Amino acid sequence: MSKYNGMELMICLASRYLENDSTVILSTGAQCAAAMLAQKTRAPQLLILFEAGGIGPLLVSMPLSVGDSRTYYRGLASTSMTEIMETCQRGMIDYNFAEAAQIDMFGNINSIDSDPYEKPGALFTSRGGSNDLASFCWKTMVIMPHDQNRFTNNINLITSPGFLTGKGAREKAGLPADSGPYKIITNLAVLGFEKENCRMRVESVHPDVTREQIIENTDFELLWADEIFESVPPSEQELEILRTEIDPRRDIIGRSQSPVKL
Amino acid sequence: MAKKITDSYGHGVQQVGYEKVGKKRLFTDPDADIARKHFHTKSRRMINKTTTLKEAVGKFVHNGCYFAAGGFGSNRIPVAVLHEIVRQKKKNLGFAAQGSTHDLQILLAGQCINRCDTVYSEGLKSGGISTVYRNKYKKNEIETTEWSNATLAWRFKAAAMGLSFLPARSLLGTDIINHSAAVEIPCPFTGKKYAALPALYPDVAAIHVHRSDIYGNCHIMGIAVSDLDLARAAKKLIITAEKIIHNDEIRQSPDSTAIPYYLVDAVIEVPYGAYPSNMPYKYFTDEDHLMDWMKTEQNEDDYKRFIDKNIYNCANHWDYLNINGGLEHLNNLRALETLTDRR
Repeated sequence: MSKYNGMELMICLASRYLENDSTVILSTGAQCAAAMLAQKTRAPQLLILFEAGGIGPLLVSMPLSVGDSRTYYRGLASTSMTEIMETCQRGMIDYNFAEAAQIDMFGNINSIDSDPYEKPGALFTSRGGSNDLASFCWKTMVIMPHDQNRFTNNINLITSPGFLTGKGAREKAGLPADSGPYKIITNLAVLGFEKENCRMRVESVHPDVTREQIIENTDFELLWADEIFESVPPSEQELEILRTEIDPRRDIIGRSQSPVKL
Repeated sequence: MAKKITDSYGHGVQQVGYEKVGKKRLFTDPDADIARKHFHTKSRRMINKTTTLKEAVGKFVHNGCYFAAGGFGSNRIPVAVLHEIVRQKKKNLGFAAQGSTHDLQILLAGQCINRCDTVYSEGLKSGGISTVYRNKYKKNEIETTEWSNATLAWRFKAAAMGLSFLPARSLLGTDIINHSAAVEIPCPFTGKKYAALPALYPDVAAIHVHRSDIYGNCHIMGIAVSDLDLARAAKKLIITAEKIIHNDEIRQSPDSTAIPYYLVDAVIEVPYGAYPSNMPYKYFTDEDHLMDWMKTEQNEDDYKRFIDKNIYNCANHWDYLNINGGLEHLNNLRALETLTDRR
C-alpha cells in the first residue's frame, strides 16, 4: 500500500459518499477533487453543479472559482445563479460541502475565517452561497481539520445552519424538512449524527489514530456509534487518479493535512 | 402578533405574524410603485446608444448613488467601467457585492464606496483575503448589510419581477439573518416560515457582454450569473461589449438575446473589457496580475504606485491592456481559455 497524506485520505473518504446518479453542488478545493475522484471511480454519472450557473461540466482541471468557465466546460448547460439556487431550494440537489472554520455538536457552522487578529464581527462575511446550500441541499458534508478550536460549541456566529438546537429545530426555523448535516470528514475521523438527538458522533477512526486523540481535539462531548470502523485508506487506484489526473500540480493534496483552505 | 415596522424609507407597513427583523439597514427603496414610476419614464426608443466610457460613467454614475456590477468576482466583470469610476473619483457609492472579489477591489482602490450589500467580498478565493478590504472593515469605513448568494440574486429577481419582496428558505435559523435586512414571515397558505427579501432596484448597473448592437440588444455567452435579473432591476444600465454587431445579427437569432435594448442606456465597445477577469470562450483570468494586485496591497507605497500605474495613469482601457503585456499577453489568455495548445 502506498503512503498517503491526510488530505489525500480526506478526499478519498469524501468521494466515496457521493453516489452514482446523484447530484452535488461544488465549490473549489478538496471537495472538487473528491467529486472528480468519485466520477472517475464509482460514480461516473454523478452530476456536478456550480452555484454561479454551471451544470454538468467535463472537469478537465479544477476551477479557480465557482464562476469561471471551467465550471461549464463541455457542460450540459450554462445557466444562472437563480436557476441553480432554485434547483437546490426545490429539493433536487443531494449533496453539498460546507466550508467550516468552526463547527458545533449539532453541525452548525461558522464559515468565517477565524483569524485571531480580527475582532469578532469586524470582518463579517457570509461566505457566498454556503448558507443557502446548507439550507437547501439534502445532505451537507464538511471536510475540515480536527482540533479543539474548530470543534467547539463556542462558535462566534452560525453562518450556515446545521441541526440548530437539535431535532426538529430546522423545520421550526422554516428550513426544508429532513435536510441537514451528513458527514464531517477530518484528518482524524469520519463523523455523522445521531438520528434521535442530532448530535455529532464518531463513525470511523482513521488508521493510526486513537480514540483519545479525537476526544482531545474536540471541545464538546462526542457520541460514538455502536460500531466504530477503521476508515478504509485510499486504494492504489484512487491515489493514482488523484495524483496524476486530478491534482498533478499538488495544489490541494500538497497541503497535506494542514488546515483545509477556506 | 402584529407589530409596526418602519424601514429606512419610511414605509410603515403593518406586518402580521413576523418574528424577527434583520437589524441592518436597507440601502435602496424596495417600493415597486416607485420603481414603476421610474420605468414608466424610461425611453422605449430604439436609438443609437453608443457612447464613450467617460461620458457614460459621467452621466449615469453619480456620487452617492447605488451601483451594481454584473458578472461574478473575477468572471466577466465590467472592469473598464469600474476603472473609469475610479478615475472619475466617484464617491459614497452604495454597492451590491454579489460574489464580489476583484470588482470590489477596484472600487476600494478608488475609495468609491461607503455602503455595501455584501455576500462574499474579501478578495480572491484562491489568493486569500484582500488587505485593503480587511482594513476598511476593521475601521468600519464601509457600512454593510449581509446576504447570501441566493438571497441577493433573488433580491434582483424580485425587482426584475416588479415586486417589493420575494420569500426564500435560507438565512433562517442562523446569525446571518440578524445582520441582514430580511424579515421572517409566515406563508399565508401553509403557515411555514420564510425569509422575506426586499427587492433591490440599483440606481445604475454595468454589465460586460460578448456582443451588443448599437441599440443595446445583447448576447451573453456562458453563465449569466445574476445579470438577466440585474439588467431588468437596474434603473440605468451601462453595457460594455467585446464587439458591436449589426442589428441583423440580433434578428437572425432572437433566442440569443439576453438583454433587450429598452433596458439599456449606454453601449460602449470595449474589446477585452473584462480583463483581467475571465470572459467565457474568449480569454481566461490573468491570475498573475490578480496575485500581483493582492501582493501590492500589503505595502502602502507599492499599492499606491500599482494603482497609479494601472488606473490613474491610464487614459483608457487600451492603456491598461498595453502596460500589462498587450495583445501578445491577451492571446496567451485566449489559448488558456479555449484549452488549445498553440505553438
